[in-house]
Amino acid sequence: MTTTESNDVSSDDSPAVIPDPNAVSVIINGKQFIARQGDLIIKAAEDAGVYIPRFCYHERMSPVGMCRMCLVEVDTGRGPALMPSCMFPVAPGMVVDTESPVSKAAQEGVIELLLANHPLDCPVCDKGGECPLQDQSFSHGPGESRYVEEKRHYEKPIPISELVFLDRERCILCDRCTRFADEVAGDALIHFTSRGNTTQVITFPDEPFSSYFSGNTVQICPVGALTAKPYRFKARPWDLEEAESTCTSCAVGCRIAVQSSRDELLRYQGVDSDPVNWGWLCDKGRFGFEGIKHDDRLTTPLVRTAQGHEATSWNAASAAAVQLITDAIAAGGASSVAVLGGARGNNEDAFAWARLAHDVIGTPNVSAQFADGLPVGVLGMPRATIDETAAAPTVILLAPDLKEELPVLYLRLRDAAVKHRSRVIEFAPKASGLTRYAWRTVFYEPGTQAEAVRAALATTDIAAQVAMGDVVIVVGRANLAESSAPTVAALHALVAALPNARVLPALRRGNVMGAISVGMRPGKGGLDSRGILNAAADGKIECLILVGADPLADVPDGDLARRAMAGARRIIAVDTFINASSALADVVFPAAAYAEKSGTTTNIEGRVTTLAQKVTVTGTSRPDWMVAGDLALRLGTDLGFRSVDDITASIAATVDGFEDVTPLALAHAPNGVLTSVVVMEPVVTPSIVLAERNSYDFRLVVSRKLYDQAIGTSTSPSLSPLAPGGAVFVHSLDVARVGSAIGASVKVSTPKATIVLPLAADDSVQRGTAWIPFNQSGANPGDLIDAAAIVTDVRIESI
Amino acid sequence: MSRLSEDNVRIALEIIGHYPRARSATIPLLHLAQQQDGYVTNDAIRHIGELVGATSAEVLGTATFYEMFKFEPVGKYLVNICRTMSCALLGGDQLMHHAEHTLGIKAGSTTPDGLFTLEHAECQAACTEAPTLQVNYRYRFRVTPETFDALIDDLRAGRLDSEIPPHGTVSRVRQRIPVDRGVGVVAPEDVTTAPSWMLAPEAAK
Repeated sequence: MTTTESNDVSSDDSPAVIPDPNAVSVIINGKQFIARQGDLIIKAAEDAGVYIPRFCYHERMSPVGMCRMCLVEVDTGRGPALMPSCMFPVAPGMVVDTESPVSKAAQEGVIELLLANHPLDCPVCDKGGECPLQDQSFSHGPGESRYVEEKRHYEKPIPISELVFLDRERCILCDRCTRFADEVAGDALIHFTSRGNTTQVITFPDEPFSSYFSGNTVQICPVGALTAKPYRFKARPWDLEEAESTCTSCAVGCRIAVQSSRDELLRYQGVDSDPVNWGWLCDKGRFGFEGIKHDDRLTTPLVRTAQGHEATSWNAASAAAVQLITDAIAAGGASSVAVLGGARGNNEDAFAWARLAHDVIGTPNVSAQFADGLPVGVLGMPRATIDETAAAPTVILLAPDLKEELPVLYLRLRDAAVKHRSRVIEFAPKASGLTRYAWRTVFYEPGTQAEAVRAALATTDIAAQVAMGDVVIVVGRANLAESSAPTVAALHALVAALPNARVLPALRRGNVMGAISVGMRPGKGGLDSRGILNAAADGKIECLILVGADPLADVPDGDLARRAMAGARRIIAVDTFINASSALADVVFPAAAYAEKSGTTTNIEGRVTTLAQKVTVTGTSRPDWMVAGDLALRLGTDLGFRSVDDITASIAATVDGFEDVTPLALAHAPNGVLTSVVVMEPVVTPSIVLAERNSYDFRLVVSRKLYDQAIGTSTSPSLSPLAPGGAVFVHSLDVARVGSAIGASVKVSTPKATIVLPLAADDSVQRGTAWIPFNQSGANPGDLIDAAAIVTDVRIESI
Repeated sequence: MSRLSEDNVRIALEIIGHYPRARSATIPLLHLAQQQDGYVTNDAIRHIGELVGATSAEVLGTATFYEMFKFEPVGKYLVNICRTMSCALLGGDQLMHHAEHTLGIKAGSTTPDGLFTLEHAECQAACTEAPTLQVNYRYRFRVTPETFDALIDDLRAGRLDSEIPPHGTVSRVRQRIPVDRGVGVVAPEDVTTAPSWMLAPEAAK
């Protein structure tokens, strides 16, 4: 048997070359290759340019050897034998022959058996044209079938969730979807049943496969057994055009392929980006394209007249907007103009608007957050990447439920926890999707997280754990019914105890990191989002500009948002839809939506990746940066931007931390370019004085679910029914305290407001607290929230 | 449709205590559920999932592999008539035909009074005694139409109650092993050293 020594190239006259201890020399189809220790044969062969056919093997999941398609002849020194190449790692001196008559006969046999029961309905099957079974029947199959008997038949198709259909007769039982559900998503709601002659994948009766990640099973299905409702019978793969882009449904920055046919968006597919999403997408990101082609999209600029909004030309709308801005400056000075938004666009949009606001208008009152974020200084703390977080021995969560807000980050951290790479220490007001996988979960009462952190760090086992090596703190707003102060105080307590810890901001809106970084943040002496809203409510804002911002839906303090919108004298909105806030604007510019414009976006780790334009804009809408450029020109300053690339280059030239993010660098970096962390204003440790809590009250937790009434979800017909709806949840042992039956309407009140919601029990809610999901149908919990208060206590009473 | 009764939950928790991983108790708990209701109900599956920390789909997937777990109501007596080679040669088919006639049902169905379910079975491993059948897995050998009718009469009259308990009964006397008398099984992934019998004789001492 040969060993690695035979590859040693060192000789007497050359200095010793240390052989790579991980190199394994194997012979594949007569040629020698150096593979990596632990690589499976199928992977090593692929790296060597030899494709072994497969159905069940998937690089991101553990091998199972279900389909037997990858049988090849392998000689480990005991003579050649057929082995499933997805199940065996390479060994020194292994001889693999994927083309031998025995290998070929085995593969042909497997294809013939798989096709025995597989229907030949390729002409009407969505997978036809991109189907691994179809492709590999051509490339590795016998070409003919000897099977003349009746094929099996099942009822077709059956919905296994709101989004996914299953054609059981097409299924080849590769275990990819079921493995994904169990291993990757942690939602083992589909499983093989009736194993034997009648094995099939199915859900339990009345328990649908309602995973946030169900769409991935459609993408990895190697046949047409699983199809997605939004794409079913919509197109043939050969009619699709595709452009690689980045999903901006949240700020994880998953790479996707945007696919369209005849200028209509039809499908998004996950692209495997090793540092980010590993090929996975959440269903909100995957199916969110429906909203982009919604009939209610704005097509022309609107100006307010006595009769309401009237469609007008871009020229007239721009002139009207400039008039509003100049009037505002004349009335209250430049700082009476405020700009909110930017996080829903791309870096270029945000940069152009930041230049317009700071340099042309001259106002420091700019914010990309809506009183639901973190002080911008947190972005200047030493940052960890997603990869570094998922490899750190200790991950501390001081964050919202990542499964609801940053779903693919949840997948990455879940993977780290279940594979025992990381131990997750979670601080939360309410059990989250990761609680099941956390090593320790510390539940705190809202407002007291700093004490909870200090107490936890003082315990022996947690102290020993954080001393084991790298610590990454994932920080965000777990509760919209409290101010950011308690979270910032807890972050300070952590950083004081763990000076080497790094931070991963868990901010949610697509490009919030990019918008803040390129300048959509308060200038010197400027107001933050809460300050802007307060000033507007006090009548001090002469002109409020909303760039993809809907304060009435986005700001947790509903009353403050309403007063701000009523108090702002002039409102300009740039948006894709008429929403609650843009309906109040004096001028509305129709904005180009996702996939209608190119550019770059920045994810939570500061990674800049490209966005592709795939379809023509809706109506006359324009990207935000063009609106900013036009307004600047009319206000007397040429920003000098003629194309998106101009702005990308300008960002690289002028924005700290973005030096490496040039158009050229981006073109050669499919996984994007990491920006460097720029220290911004220091974060002040807030002092928190909590008022004594009345024991009759419940402390309120308000947080987001993945599906809510946000415009992107509510305009997607497939997603909007998935929003769970509003209710007030208490622990089942607290139901008696409320004195109402579950399902009955109850009054939830603060001194400021009262809302009515149905009562529900949920044991993930801690005792003494009440939880209301944000932005759902029914009463708005934002009415109870006071942005000036640290926490919110509510009384729940039966009606 | 029912979940496990309070008494059975107590037994279930004791069974779970015998295993290093709760999931390992899935099949014993399915037996318990079948003993309770005569078949495995969907509610019981859901309940077992909660008890062992698995999804209902996973419990269903495990349970449906096994022929002897039933998911539809089964008569008090499950009559399996063998149709494999020896029995087929010695009148198994005629016996089934006779049984269908006597009970007034087709193979695979249950009498309206809920007393008998008739099923085909593959080889029952008693070929020298063909044709054979089982009532709730209790053998009857060299069955003739006459002895079949007598058997049904006896079952109806309750004369065999002491020998043949209702379908689903695993055993009349449940073996109880207190947790503290367990053998201390360790989950495979928690095993750190080789068992003593694998060590060299000197090292084992």
